[in-house]
Amino acid sequence: MPNFKQFITDFGWPRIIIFIFLVSLFGAAPFVGVRLDASLSDVINRFGQNGLFVLAMVPMIQSGCGLNFGLSLGIIAGLIGGTLAVQLGITGPFGFFAALALAMPFAVLFGWLYGRLLNKVKGEEMTIAMYVGFAGVMFMCIMWLVLPFDAPTMIWAYAGKGLRTTITVEGFYDKALNNFMALRLGDSFVFPTGEILFVLFAAFMMWLFLRTKTGTAMTAVGSNPDYARASGVSSDRMRTISVIISTALGAAGILVYQQSYGFIQLYTAPLQMPFAAVAAILIGGASVNKATMINVIIGTILFQGILTMTPSVINSALQTDISEVVRIIISQGIIIYALTRKTKVTK
Amino acid sequence: MTGIKTKGTQSIGRFFLDNAVIIIFLTLTVAATPFSGLSIHYIVQEMITRIGRNSFLVLALLLPIFAGMGLNFGMTLGAMSGQIGLILAINWNICGVEGLIFAALLGTPISILMGWICGTVLNKAKGREMVTGYILAFFINGIYQLLVLYMMGAIIPISSPAILLSRGYGIRNTLNLEGVRQSLDNLFMLKVGANPYLLPIATFIVIAVLCIFIEWFKRTKLGQDMRAVGNDMAVAEASGIPVDRTRILAIIISTVLACFGQIIFLQNMGNMATYNAHDQTSFFAIAAILVGGASVKKAALPNVFIGVILLHLLFVVAPRAGQNLFGSAMIGEYFRQFIGYGVIALSLVLYAWRARADAHRAREGLRGGAAAAETGSPI
Repeated sequence: MPNFKQFITDFGWPRIIIFIFLVSLFGAAPFVGVRLDASLSDVINRFGQNGLFVLAMVPMIQSGCGLNFGLSLGIIAGLIGGTLAVQLGITGPFGFFAALALAMPFAVLFGWLYGRLLNKVKGEEMTIAMYVGFAGVMFMCIMWLVLPFDAPTMIWAYAGKGLRTTITVEGFYDKALNNFMALRLGDSFVFPTGEILFVLFAAFMMWLFLRTKTGTAMTAVGSNPDYARASGVSSDRMRTISVIISTALGAAGILVYQQSYGFIQLYTAPLQMPFAAVAAILIGGASVNKATMINVIIGTILFQGILTMTPSVINSALQTDISEVVRIIISQGIIIYALTRKTKVTK
Repeated sequence: MTGIKTKGTQSIGRFFLDNAVIIIFLTLTVAATPFSGLSIHYIVQEMITRIGRNSFLVLALLLPIFAGMGLNFGMTLGAMSGQIGLILAINWNICGVEGLIFAALLGTPISILMGWICGTVLNKAKGREMVTGYILAFFINGIYQLLVLYMMGAIIPISSPAILLSRGYGIRNTLNLEGVRQSLDNLFMLKVGANPYLLPIATFIVIAVLCIFIEWFKRTKLGQDMRAVGNDMAVAEASGIPVDRTRILAIIISTVLACFGQIIFLQNMGNMATYNAHDQTSFFAIAAILVGGASVKKAALPNVFIGVILLHLLFVVAPRAGQNLFGSAMIGEYFRQFIGYGVIALSLVLYAWRARADAHRAREGLRGGAAAAETGSPI
């Protein structure tokens, strides 16, 4: 019994409520005429779409930089990679890896600059990250309009210049990962094998990395900066590395998302994306300064499960579209819960 | 000699750093104004209107800064309270200034409750008030939508069908504030000159009263306590000031002021986007006070007015300048949002950076004595 109580305190009651909420949504689904297999398929696919964003939170949490509200910078790098791949006309599934390769130099550059900036503002990382991310997105809005892209599938037909708000990746890397060894069971359940494998592989690599010499040093910088300094670890260097990894994962994440979703979304689309990833990892049980692979996987499934199930189940039950409000209250509520826990604020 | 020389360059560098945001902003605005092709008369009138519209909201930010709680991103909570007041005033068809007063009276208890919630939450998140306040605004936005979009008309009785959605419950996306539109501004509108400038004197008087209140408040016991808490919470606690209570009071007053500010803002606009009107409230107010030269820890009345004028001057000229320079109004629109977010990011970075540099210098001073302090890092 004390073990159980300890588990409850560690896991936190909001997460338990969310878990029970999700289970009851699944339980209620058949009664309001929502197909379970279609819903499950949807949840699994969304897990694949968003897994890398949530994984991207881990390195910065571990190194003491807090929640990466500036993930949009990584997403921007991914958007640059994706649009470049389409512009260069790299068709077929190979285009995905081309886009990934094109995005990485930008991700590393952005991550390096962003990391250097965050090193100068220790203690205020999260607020600044948020506004740097916002400013970056708005700056790129201008760039999407003026950069000399000219592939006819990407630019506005009547103006002859400026990228469209949404660009289809059909014929390019549409479903590049999803269709790899995809399992079809019945007519409404598809298991996107390639996508899930890709996410799990990335999570495994992160797990391995955190156990290497660099990975351990990074965690040490986050959990005990003085001890880390005493043992000769450069705190700034480790933090910068963590930000670069996080930004690179954000870039890869948006490409995985696009290949599954089928479209590249530009302009203000990345503005709110970091908040969903932050909420997901916190729902998974992470705190502002500690996160594990289990947190990532559980958190993504729980959060995406709720996003999938609330519109279908609640709307069928109540005949009203209240899901958006539920989403806001749950995701922002869990972030506040995590921010107000009595944890050591890393200076 | 070298000592004096380093000191000279150091002070120029420091001056630039201390005022970097204002300098960058002035340069941008001065460069963009001629390209906008707008007449001086139009720009001046626009500035007068916008001072009346926005100053009150920006003034609401001052007290939490005094209390060391940073920029109050949670002011959005007050804005939402004001909007609920306005919705009900429109519902009961209370027109004119009475409608505004009614909305304010109704919004006050709601915003006191909101401020208390916000202050309590922020007390649990000391050291990261700003990001917590920002997320809290999102969270309460969810509750606001639940209340206005689903409960009003269903559980909370709404007598005027004109403001309800056609499905029978929930308030319409855009609310026409015709009954109270510019009622405060028009209460005493002064016309100056042959090609008249319109001066909303009543609104200006309300703003002036608030300025006097803030200056008076700073001198009261509570105001002094707030400053003490803002300087050092541990010292304030030791000298018997109830720190948590003082911080909550600062947020409550700020939230109530934001409620009044939003009502003044909306009566000038004349329409209310029920579900989006509050989205940008804290963004514009905070960008304005930072452009005016305030920092996370330090702000005064002049920062508010300089900020409102500078920020809105750029907001007025940027879209037109973008149109004329690049042939696309969208570029100007994105540019002004980029500038808004960028200004907030830049001031926060400069502030955090300077705080660390000062701490570093203080440490050097302790280690190497006065000499090290003199030649310490040139930041």
